[in-house]
Amino acid sequence: MKLISEKPYRLNSKKNKLKFSVTVTLKKDVLDPQGKVVQNTVTNLGIKNLKSIRQGKFFEIEIDENDELQANKKIEEICKKLLVNLIIEDYKINKL
Amino acid sequence: MKSSVIIFPGSNCDRDVAVALEKMQFKNQMVWHKETSLPKSDLIVIPGGFSYGDYLRSGAIAGKSLIIDEVIKAANSGCLILGICNGFQILTETGLLKGTLLRNKNLKFINKDVNIKVINNKTKFSSKYKLNQVLKINIAHNEGNYFTNNNHLEELKKENLIAFKYCDEDGEINEQSNPNGAKENIAGIFNSKKNILGMMPHPERMIDRSISNTDGINLFSSLLS
Repeated sequence: MKLISEKPYRLNSKKNKLKFSVTVTLKKDVLDPQGKVVQNTVTNLGIKNLKSIRQGKFFEIEIDENDELQANKKIEEICKKLLVNLIIEDYKINKL
Repeated sequence: MKSSVIIFPGSNCDRDVAVALEKMQFKNQMVWHKETSLPKSDLIVIPGGFSYGDYLRSGAIAGKSLIIDEVIKAANSGCLILGICNGFQILTETGLLKGTLLRNKNLKFINKDVNIKVINNKTKFSSKYKLNQVLKINIAHNEGNYFTNNNHLEELKKENLIAFKYCDEDGEINEQSNPNGAKENIAGIFNSKKNILGMMPHPERMIDRSISNTDGINLFSSLLS
């Protein structure tokens, strides 16, 4: 009898694969109507002491690179060229 | 006068613009976004729609497509560029026009005829209109809330780069007549050389009295003259 032992795939199974997360949010002074609606709804649910909710986007990016610094540079480039509209959005990169 | 209309996956006003251009005797060609060269054109139109399903941000993916490099080159050499609705969003994503279009303030998709006022009629896009003329033009968008920083807003005003503003029937520009929350009721802007116009309202929908009105015709006839 063969037990199912194969795992579909494992993240970070390859040595030279680095994983990052990018969080994109609207800048502080840009109106975030979706976040506002979510915030109002949470308040309506009876949850107290809520200060604010801002809605954003989250990306997980894997990159074939040994050097973390190089990988980080590439992620920065991706953010600036496509993921983020710098006029209205801020972003944070985290190594996972 | 030769025109080209760029089509992206998800464009849905490309045919309407082509009909309007042909009605006005433009020699028009349709150009698929994967093309790497543009036919010789005096005018390039980026039509409305939902290019790439509005993934990431409206216009963001189309703004990096192959044909856009050619559009940018043409724009820099003085070719006239008109971006309508999603086309305006794409132009801001390419950087050809400054600022950006945020989600409508009320979070709703708005499809209705609104009044807009001609703020600058001394351009190739608007010379057939009278200054301060009030037009009734259809809007249909989810992200039409024009936003830009204060420095650029000052530049827009100082250099007379605001093309149209939302207003009421009497031409009064106020909060009630602002459908989407756009800064200072801005409905359309020019670049500093005034060879690029981006606007949220759809002039191509207003060229036939039997289905709407003819307030959009003068935009195309201005381009011809």
